[in-house]
Amino acid sequence: MSAVVFAHHGMTPAERLRDAGWVAFVALVLGIPLIGLTTVDAGGRLEVATRFGMLALFVAVAFIGRIALRLTLDHLRVRRLGRERAAAAADGGRGLAQRIVTVLGWFALGAAFTLPLIFSGNRYVVDTATTVLIYVMLGWGLNVVVGLAGLLDLGYVAFYAVGAYSYALLSTQYGWGFWEALPVSGALAASFGILLGYPILRLRGDYLAIVTLGFGEIIRIILVNWTEFSNGPNGISSIPRPSFFGLEFTRRPAEGEQSFAAFFGLDYSPMQRLIFLYYVILVLALLTHAFVSRLRKLPVGRAWEALREDEIACRAMGMNTTNIKLSAFAIGAMLGGFAGVFFAARQGFISPESFVFTESAIVLAIVVLGGMGSQMGVVLAATLLVLIPEFGRNFAEYRMLLFGAAMVLIMVWKPGGLLSHREPTLRLDAPATGTEGAR
Amino acid sequence: MNALLSVHKLTMRFGGLTAIDELSLEVPAGKITGIIGPNGAGKTTLFNCLTGFYKPTSGHLRLAHPVRGEMRLERLASHKVVRDAQVVRTFQNIRLFPKMTVLENLIIAQHNRLQRASKFSLAGLFGLPGYRAAEAEAVERAATWLTRLKLESLADHAAGDLPYGIQRRIEIARALCVEPVLLCLDEPAAGLNPRESAELNELLVHLCRERGIAILLIEHDMSVVMNVSDHIGVINYGRKIAEGTPAQVQNDPQVIKAYLGEDDEDASGEVAA
Repeated sequence: MSAVVFAHHGMTPAERLRDAGWVAFVALVLGIPLIGLTTVDAGGRLEVATRFGMLALFVAVAFIGRIALRLTLDHLRVRRLGRERAAAAADGGRGLAQRIVTVLGWFALGAAFTLPLIFSGNRYVVDTATTVLIYVMLGWGLNVVVGLAGLLDLGYVAFYAVGAYSYALLSTQYGWGFWEALPVSGALAASFGILLGYPILRLRGDYLAIVTLGFGEIIRIILVNWTEFSNGPNGISSIPRPSFFGLEFTRRPAEGEQSFAAFFGLDYSPMQRLIFLYYVILVLALLTHAFVSRLRKLPVGRAWEALREDEIACRAMGMNTTNIKLSAFAIGAMLGGFAGVFFAARQGFISPESFVFTESAIVLAIVVLGGMGSQMGVVLAATLLVLIPEFGRNFAEYRMLLFGAAMVLIMVWKPGGLLSHREPTLRLDAPATGTEGAR
Repeated sequence: MNALLSVHKLTMRFGGLTAIDELSLEVPAGKITGIIGPNGAGKTTLFNCLTGFYKPTSGHLRLAHPVRGEMRLERLASHKVVRDAQVVRTFQNIRLFPKMTVLENLIIAQHNRLQRASKFSLAGLFGLPGYRAAEAEAVERAATWLTRLKLESLADHAAGDLPYGIQRRIEIARALCVEPVLLCLDEPAAGLNPRESAELNELLVHLCRERGIAILLIEHDMSVVMNVSDHIGVINYGRKIAEGTPAQVQNDPQVIKAYLGEDDEDASGEVAA
């Protein structure tokens, strides 16, 4: 690396002049026919005229421009190398990527909080951002099962559906509110996770993937066919929206209720509800993130990762792999259930159409593309996977082609996922010396 | 001789193949017992039976646990053999958690203790002092073994990126973090250079003499087995063919026959033909 630096530093002024001279010569050779000679119309016939002044100017510009370009490029290259080397010296090259991710994370958080304030009049932006956050939350939930515990789950949408339908039914049939139904629906989804987990404890890899795929389909087919329970393909409509501590987001609130706009003395606008929903999912997603990050540093989280690494070694360390797998399925399913509850509350209408296999595939793609087990990777991948099809709307029928091409390109460029760096859950509090002999 | 583990008429059949055939063996407490035998003799199968990975076809595995009293290992699931009976093994082909750091590998070995302290993760989730103390203790224990095995400078490196000899040491350190009563090492010297296997000898003797851990050792490296074992059992075709001190075993005609082949007319005639 240093040889390259010296090679560029070592370019003497004479060499620079010679280099620029060559470029000027080429400019001259090309310039004679292009600039030096020109045709003029002299009373009905063409005559060749010369423009040697302009040619000289052209060659001079090429000469000086070449020197300037070379100097700028060299300067930039030296500076970049210097920066890389300083970073490598500072922390052995390990922390730089991590620091960038951390900064990126705080930036994303700030952007997420201010976004609806900036785009408070733009319904499309707030809606799309809400969709991104739903997928982020689903990705974080599935990350527990696939990214941490290494259990390939192709039926994750089933838990999303369980959460959505339990809120839809609890609210429309029994008049439950969003906040009461949220924990119950999460618990219900978690028990479905355990229900799925039990029969497949012995399965791994491809076999596990097929059974979970089947489970996802079973749930959807039940929802389509059990009309008395789920209203079949017609779905469930007029699901109540979450209220702001009892204040509703309607123009004319129900008898004895107060509306959000009236309480705060604002003019009613449908955007208020959208922005509120956006903040609800943002807070839910952040809670999920805090929860999963904390679990990862606890024995159960480390056990999930150990299970992903080597199940036999786990048993040889006295770990009950049954419980570890079931806990991963339960926690993942619970988070998916929470996302489902929010989805139902936001849409106001759900039908089995929303819970097809493609959804599972997209969430799985988010986890894999983001880098298995990486929380920030999920955010990045979810943003990409939601936004690429949105931008792709301009390309009409080529939209999914674009989507597929983008995914292939990402996997070629970064086979381990966008952010594949793994941060240890704990470090030894020893002075960081004596790292010689590490490799 | 008070036996820590007594293997009584252990038989393990896989379909028509009898991998272990009525094997009886005693492992004394606080001593190093070597198990040798040609490839395919059934040594690793014995380990798999001992640690619950295989259910033996018949026979008994009695462990005289110093605290919990007599335990029947063949009746326990593999994770309970480790958790309750404190019989811990290593693997012939190293099985670390490769992407996790060395320290994390050693912390995972203390999973059950930490999981209990974390109270189903609730105490851990809220960072209660009881859990934090347990975690600090676990790190302390890991650090002690890392220092003892000269691994402390590598604590925060991914275990899978380290050289083979070091991975072997990490696997032993990880097994020690479980605080075993009986440590079963499956070819711990395989792939080690002479200096590393000399260090291994010294470590095994230390564990046994100073820490009172009984060791059951499968090994092909005779410089390790013969130097450290108090007692050696020789297995061939799933049966015990000899037993005794290293010196006795080395001079046993049966053992020489098993390792070097039979020295009779028929065999040499076939080879010549």
